[in-house]
Amino acid sequence: MTTLHTLNQAPSNVNLMQSCVGSLQPDDTLLLIEDGVYWLLNTHRAKLPAALKIKALRLDAQARGLTPLVSEVDLIEMDEFINLSVLHNKIVSWF
Amino acid sequence: MNSPKNILLMSRRAPYGSSAARDLLDIALTCSVFEQNVALLLLDDGVLQLLANQDPQVIQQKNLNSLQSSLSLYDIEKIYIDADALEHHGLSHSELHIPVTLLTKIEISQLIANSDIVLTV
Amino acid sequence: MIFTVVVHASPCQNAAPESALRYCKALLSAGHTLHRVFFYRDGVFNGNQLISSPPDELNIMRAWQELAEEHSIDLVICIAAAIRRGVLDATEATRYERDQTNLAEKFNLSGLGQLVEACILSDRVITFGGQG
Repeated sequence: MTTLHTLNQAPSNVNLMQSCVGSLQPDDTLLLIEDGVYWLLNTHRAKLPAALKIKALRLDAQARGLTPLVSEVDLIEMDEFINLSVLHNKIVSWF
Repeated sequence: MNSPKNILLMSRRAPYGSSAARDLLDIALTCSVFEQNVALLLLDDGVLQLLANQDPQVIQQKNLNSLQSSLSLYDIEKIYIDADALEHHGLSHSELHIPVTLLTKIEISQLIANSDIVLTV
Repeated sequence: MIFTVVVHASPCQNAAPESALRYCKALLSAGHTLHRVFFYRDGVFNGNQLISSPPDELNIMRAWQELAEEHSIDLVICIAAAIRRGVLDATEATRYERDQTNLAEKFNLSGLGQLVEACILSDRVITFGGQG
C-alpha cells in the first residue's frame, strides 16, 4: 500500500512539512502543489531527506517564476498527477 | 453492501481558532452512522483539541469536550495522537480528557499506510 | 477508476478550488469517472451564484457548472456548512425564513453522508484545502 502525499504550503510552514515527511513510507511520493512548489528551491530542498521521491506541478512552479530555478525532472503535468493518483493506493493532502 | 472501509480522519489544527476540530468530529460521527471503520489522528496543534477543562462558552462556542466524550458511544474508539506533538507542547496524556493512543512517527506512517482513505480537516 | 474530489476552501482568496477544478478536468480527460465533487467548510462558497468575476478572470462557480453540464458531475455542497455561511436554496430559504436564495444551479445541498458514501464507492478520494 503506497500513498501519494500532496502539500500546498510555502516553506515557512516548516511544521507541516515535518509532519508530512515523518508520515511517509519508503515507496510513497510527495507532490508539491500551489505554494508547496517553493520547497523545490535549493536551500529548502536541501532540508528534505535525499531519498524522498518528490515531484511538483509544473503549472504551479511556472506561475510562480520557479522554472529557471529548479530541476526540470522534478516537474510534472496534470496528467501525471492523475497517473500518480492511480499508481498509489490513496492520496493524503497536507494543507 | 460494500465491506466497511478504514477511514482515517486527520487534523493538525487547534480547536476554536477555526472550525476544523468540530468539522472533523462531524465527519467522524457520519462515518460511524455509515458503519465505516473510522479512526482519528491528531498531529501538531491538533493534539490541543483533546485538552481537558475547555470552557468555550465564554467565547460563545460549543464545548468540543462533550462531543469528544460521546465518540465511544458511536463506536469510535481509535483516537491516535502524535506523541512528538504532545511533547512539543510540553503536555502529557494525563492532561487530555479522553483515552488516546500515542504514536511515534513510524507508527503514524504505518497507520496511514493501512488506511483505505485519509481525509484531512 | 472512480474518483471523488473534496474542496474545503473558498474561491478567490485560495488556490485550492482552481487546483481541484484542474484535477477534475485531468482525471476526466484520462478516461476516469468522477463520482462526486463534495464542497465542505468554506468550500461551500464555490456554489454562490452571485459570484461576479471580472470578465478576464475565471469565474469558478461558472466553471464548476460547465463541468457538471458537460460530464454530468454531481456537485454536492454540505448543507450544514452552507446554511451557516448563508448559501441557501429555495427549500432552506423557506425553512429559515429568508427571502433570497443564492445557490447556483447544478449544485445541490446535502448532508455529510454524501461525503462518506462517496468514500465508500470511490477508488480514490482527494482533498483540496487551505489554511484555517
